[in-house]
Amino acid sequence: MSAITANPSPASSPPHRPHENYLNANYGIRSWLFTTDHKRIALLYLFSVTIYFAMGGFFAMLIRLQLLTPEGFLVGPDTYDRLFTMHGVMMIFFFLIPSIPAVLGNFLIPLMIGAKDLAFPKLNLLSWYIFNIGAIFTIYSIVTGGVDTGWTFYTPYSSIYSNSQVSAAVIGIFITGFSSILTGLNFIVTIHTMRAPGMTWWRLPIFVWSHYATSIIFILGTPVLAITLVMVAAERLLHVGVFDPRLGGDPLLFQHLFWFYSHPAVYIMILPAMGVTTEIIATFARKNLYGYKAVAIASLGIAAIGFLVWAHHMFVAGISIYAAMVFSLLSYLVAIPSAVKVFNWTATLYRGSVSWQTPMLYALGFIGLFVMGGMTGLFLASIGADVHVHDTYFVIAHFHYIMVGGAVMGYLGGLHYWWPKITGRMYPEMLSRAAAIVLFVGFNLTFFPQFILGYLGMPRRYATYPPEFQVLNVFSTAGASILGLGYLLPICYFIWSMRYGPIASSNPWPATGLEWQTSSPPPTENFETTPVVTWEPYDFEHRPDLGLPKPERARPAPLEAPGLEAGD
Amino acid sequence: MERTGALFGHFRDLDQQRETASLGMWVFLMTEVMFFGGLFLAYTVYRWKYHDAFAAASRELDVTMGALNTGVLILSSFTMALAVWASQMRKRNLLCIFLIATMLLGAAFLTVKGFEYAQKFEHHLVPGYNYDFPGPEAEAQHAEIFFALYFLMTGMHAVHMIIGEGMLLILLIYAWKGHFTGDYRAPIENGGLYWHFVDIVWIFLFPLLYLIDLHH
Amino acid sequence: MQSFPLFPERASSVAGGVDDFFILLVIVAVFFSVVVGVAIFYLSFRYRRRPGNEVGQLVPGSELLEITWMVIPFLIAMVLFAWGAKLYVTMRQSPSDALDIYVVGKQWMWKIQHADGRREFNELHVPVNRDVELTMISEDVIHDFYVPAFRVKMDVLPGRYTTLWFRATKTGRYHLFCSQYCGTNHSQMGGWVDVMEPSEYQAWLSGGSNTESPEQTGQRLFTALACISCHGDPSERGAGPRAPSLRGVYGSTVKLNDGQSVTADDGYLRESVLDPGAKIVAGYDNIMPTFQGVVSEDQLLQLLAYIKSIGSQPAQDTPGEAGPAAPAGQ
Repeated sequence: MSAITANPSPASSPPHRPHENYLNANYGIRSWLFTTDHKRIALLYLFSVTIYFAMGGFFAMLIRLQLLTPEGFLVGPDTYDRLFTMHGVMMIFFFLIPSIPAVLGNFLIPLMIGAKDLAFPKLNLLSWYIFNIGAIFTIYSIVTGGVDTGWTFYTPYSSIYSNSQVSAAVIGIFITGFSSILTGLNFIVTIHTMRAPGMTWWRLPIFVWSHYATSIIFILGTPVLAITLVMVAAERLLHVGVFDPRLGGDPLLFQHLFWFYSHPAVYIMILPAMGVTTEIIATFARKNLYGYKAVAIASLGIAAIGFLVWAHHMFVAGISIYAAMVFSLLSYLVAIPSAVKVFNWTATLYRGSVSWQTPMLYALGFIGLFVMGGMTGLFLASIGADVHVHDTYFVIAHFHYIMVGGAVMGYLGGLHYWWPKITGRMYPEMLSRAAAIVLFVGFNLTFFPQFILGYLGMPRRYATYPPEFQVLNVFSTAGASILGLGYLLPICYFIWSMRYGPIASSNPWPATGLEWQTSSPPPTENFETTPVVTWEPYDFEHRPDLGLPKPERARPAPLEAPGLEAGD
Repeated sequence: MERTGALFGHFRDLDQQRETASLGMWVFLMTEVMFFGGLFLAYTVYRWKYHDAFAAASRELDVTMGALNTGVLILSSFTMALAVWASQMRKRNLLCIFLIATMLLGAAFLTVKGFEYAQKFEHHLVPGYNYDFPGPEAEAQHAEIFFALYFLMTGMHAVHMIIGEGMLLILLIYAWKGHFTGDYRAPIENGGLYWHFVDIVWIFLFPLLYLIDLHH
Repeated sequence: MQSFPLFPERASSVAGGVDDFFILLVIVAVFFSVVVGVAIFYLSFRYRRRPGNEVGQLVPGSELLEITWMVIPFLIAMVLFAWGAKLYVTMRQSPSDALDIYVVGKQWMWKIQHADGRREFNELHVPVNRDVELTMISEDVIHDFYVPAFRVKMDVLPGRYTTLWFRATKTGRYHLFCSQYCGTNHSQMGGWVDVMEPSEYQAWLSGGSNTESPEQTGQRLFTALACISCHGDPSERGAGPRAPSLRGVYGSTVKLNDGQSVTADDGYLRESVLDPGAKIVAGYDNIMPTFQGVVSEDQLLQLLAYIKSIGSQPAQDTPGEAGPAAPAGQ
């Protein structure tokens, strides 16, 4: 029925007095700590994950410093074992898994589907508190001596032999897992029941599809990790021996249970970044996403097949040859939907109008680094090659290409892309492009040498190493310093922009999603009147409201004559 | 966001709210299935590996108490279903009576469970505490795994029962105030879903733990 | 400028195959990366934003194209899978007449026991061009035996034997690493594999102090632990008074009292000592006491070596009967 909120011409509106929006609707710490507004909760998450990312990054810095010399000059092996464990725990559970869903997903999903909030706003706030309570337990374990089991907590080392703060850490991760479960639950229900009129499933942005697929993994996988960690804690604290080989317990049972979650977890970390990348590419090529349905279905495919491949982490763990072959075959299959997405993104550029602004740099960087990381995943899926490189730096390089080159680039790209919507301000474009390039260079210098190190045989989790591995380690540490510098730049200019950045219009790029049809920043209830959707996703050709010229050789409009419904 | 009566401000209408609440509870129950699933998997693996030891350990459990608890819990699901019916019939007093009945039956379950656990301590069947199982060493060790899983599984179930009791208490308070005998009864229905789920978990636990090879 | 190696030395029969496969994977990876990279650069440049190209055009999808670029990667993936699987099967299936060497891993060292008597720590001497099979177990946490030059690796588990086989093809000294995180000195739990010419290997074997072979130690244990009192003396024919004869049991098919049959391999024999009630031989009672806590993993391997050494014909498994006429144990 009603019209969309009117959209001023993009990118050139002069600064004006700030209208009432979700940021200035209420003031005071209580209005933030007791908010149920999904946008404010997203910012609360942004604050938390940035702190945990800094902690994880600090441990990474110490690791790379230690590895400058073969004998390790910085710390002893006990401390080093704690450093790599805590680096992994903080980065995976307290940064990578929440980052895009809890910050961008929380902020954008209701906006993108035309809803006023998520299905369960109070659960959303509870989720943030649970997240931080879990973090407190984990940080407690760090300050009271740390954990030295590796983030994978293999038994019986973690359940019986380790003398570190394992129980506190697994309890912390257990608690934080519920934050993931509640977020996933909230997203699934919201996407099912809260879509605005006209927002059918096949009109949803791929960002929403990606988060739907991610949420399926959240709710099906995380509980298995939770109960597994309960069993480890029970074994340590109460001495009940479910994984104790001295009682006949099976250490491989832990590995199966652990990886049943932790493999799908990596798809939790990458699917949202793929969603971000899709949005950015469509917007900065100013055209429809090629193969929209294929990309949507591929997201679900990745989630589904991702549950079937966990034992590829266990090819040399003592599983049978037949099991290994089955999991190897399935692991190859999971690469196919990812490949489909990459091809569709590339094809989207054809006949587009491509601009290389900062979000696009991140999106294209994502594609490049994700392809490299993904292809090296094939090396690991193939059992003949995996035997040699399992548990070496090859694996470390592989997953950092995907986690950092992929997920973190996606996160940063998304922050830049939606920054004007979230804050109403623009970041400095030239500086942000420079930062993106610094990050890209630093990242490759850090992790590419590690592929070589791994094939040469350097195992992972080594505090000291044979001298012939030193040169490559030095390259890697040099790259890490550049990478660290790269991360500091966005933190600085984002904070700067909140006060001094140019004021952004509601649709600066412009882009086609519903989130751009409301002011920047949005009002608390998101839309002044409930939107009604009548256009197909990413259809730049038939959106006169965006203020763009018609394309040169325009195709005739589809028969249903899409467009905005007129107002009353 | 503002709330008008039973309708929360971010929903279009009560229908959307009801659909959302119901889907939310079903999704949550799916996560619970996965949660218990990990324990059931561990149990399956070890029962297959150490069948005789598990059977011997299972015979140490009190089948009478277990069966009694099963009956109590099934009855409590019945009273819960009656509570949902009463709310649909807009009978506030009956609704409260059935909620109280469910709570009492749940409390009875937990009490019997308490007695059972005390018995385990007396019989030295608590892993890591005073464990002393009669029989050859290897069998005793494998039986210890059984008891570890017994306590983990029934303990986790009991935790869910206790949370359920808390939920029932909150529902009772709001039911007494008349919230669930008007137009919007989703909380009672969803509470019923949760309670039935906890019951179903026990329906699986009972035969798996208590009834292995009874007639040895 | 010192040489910059990209590969470790190739010192085993599978190393070349693994490297070839790796190079194929690199080619496939580079190919797709280049194709995607070039496509992105080309398209971004060709369709860059400029006056006259402010908006992209609606390009409809093509199901045929989607299917094509699903099927082609799928076929490539299947080829890679098959190649890798074939390599893996070779790496996991030990040849039948391999030289047996026993490995016990513990925090933070490797204890290695040769079949002919030598014991060593953190160092493994093997003859070149001879199949070697390691039977491994851990005394505590999970470790992993990794020799990069051989391209082989296998976890070493507590409570269960795992095996690893290789054939070294080049003499030399190669790194041995523990490759499953196992605690404080995980990175120190390494050593060397010394591959020697057969004559040198023989010299090395006999050059050690007069240590017993594991079979000899195992035989002493068999008496000292009173196994002989129930099982009888395996060098004589016939079962013991209360327990099946162990003459030739290794590798044979044993019938159990529940009707099932099992192969008497390393794991079965180890389990029989530690958890005798798990599998009872048909016709016997469950009266064997457990030796859990009485024998260490090293001693179990020595008993195993002894039992393996006493003939390999199928044992007679009904009580009281004389065993089959058998040649003297090897």
